[in-house]
Amino acid sequence: MLSQIAYALPFLAEGFALTLWVSLLVVVLSLIAGVILGVGLVYGPAPLRWAVRIFSDTIRGIPILVLIFFVYYGLPAVGVHLQSFWAAVLALTLFKTAQVVEYLRGAVASIPKGQSEAAMAIGLTFRQRLAYVIFPQAFRRFLPPWINGVTDAVKGSALVSLLGITDLMQAINQVIGRTYEAMPLYILGALLYFAVNYALSLASRRLEQRFAFIRE
Amino acid sequence: MGYTLNFNLIWRHFDKLSGGLLLSLELALISIAIGIVIGLVLAVWYVSAGRVVRGVIAAYVEFIRNVPLILLVYLVFYGLPTVIDVAYSAQTSFVATLALYSGAYLVEVFRSGLEAVPRGQIDAGKAIGLTPWQRLIHVRLPTMMRITLPALSNTFISLFKDTSVASVISVPELTYGAQWINFNTFRIVEVYLVVTAMYLVTGYVLLFALRLVERWYRTAR
Repeated sequence: MLSQIAYALPFLAEGFALTLWVSLLVVVLSLIAGVILGVGLVYGPAPLRWAVRIFSDTIRGIPILVLIFFVYYGLPAVGVHLQSFWAAVLALTLFKTAQVVEYLRGAVASIPKGQSEAAMAIGLTFRQRLAYVIFPQAFRRFLPPWINGVTDAVKGSALVSLLGITDLMQAINQVIGRTYEAMPLYILGALLYFAVNYALSLASRRLEQRFAFIRE
Repeated sequence: MGYTLNFNLIWRHFDKLSGGLLLSLELALISIAIGIVIGLVLAVWYVSAGRVVRGVIAAYVEFIRNVPLILLVYLVFYGLPTVIDVAYSAQTSFVATLALYSGAYLVEVFRSGLEAVPRGQIDAGKAIGLTPWQRLIHVRLPTMMRITLPALSNTFISLFKDTSVASVISVPELTYGAQWINFNTFRIVEVYLVVTAMYLVTGYVLLFALRLVERWYRTAR
């Protein structure tokens, strides 16, 4: 049994690397998209605010699995052909973007109104207000939940195994298909996911403690 | 582009979706009912236990929270029967998984709720001569419930969405119904539009109803 699993280790490592790669892509892309849309939600004109609100509430209101299938099977039907890898990344990024939008909105809303009024009073432009007054403070409120939410991206990435992408989850299932050693392999997989996510949530807790006492 | 929407085939097979939605709700409801029991027992135990028990409960919570649900579903359905001699249906297996999963999240919810019960209430209970058990039933749990109800509603709604993962072991809930129509009729965009609407409407109706319950519970006494 052990020799079979040892034999499969390089294959599992490849799957694990793909899981991390998908997660990293999703986290980076959703951070960029989420911050842009989040600023649109807080400061944008009414139509943009409504559009972002509808986007975020819709995405967060449906199961991520439905979103993945919608993107994966739906896009080719309307003539958009993506590799399954990129379809998966797109779906997970949409899901994560909606989360980032909400983290950003919450963080900005937690900054007292007097801060931006004071910035206006000393004649800062909109961009300066964001860059020098609002964002440096909101960043501290944004970071801990965001890092904690990165675990959602790692966990969500396991669903891409359903699109035939050989991530860690799929690699485990394939090795089980050959060796019939279901339990040891699922436990090994669980421990790998656990290691990554637990490290992330510890980091998040650390940051939260560090930022908790910074001036209100 | 040039895709023409045609919902006829969706309506013809709508029983797959309506039946699926009911099953999704049922799975979420049974799972959270068991999850609440697990969560309550472990949370009450945790706040009064020594280090070892606390460590074990924390390990359970952290393990479940940091592993993808789909892996847990596979582990219980395909993995467990290879090491213990039991047979169960996919549906039972999924309910067991989701109950353990929600239990882990609810331990945290109830634990912080119990810790938020004001010290004065417990002292008042002692002062009028209630036993520890009576204090738990009549003082700590009712107050905790009022504090944790919003978090409980949110957990239920997210469990309702998590039931979609049951489709990977062929439990015929809503997402499975969607895939069935997807593969059998190829009205792909239509079916996912309808299913998205069904999840959204159900989710928001649940949210609205649960918020009403919370408001009623807050003012009823």
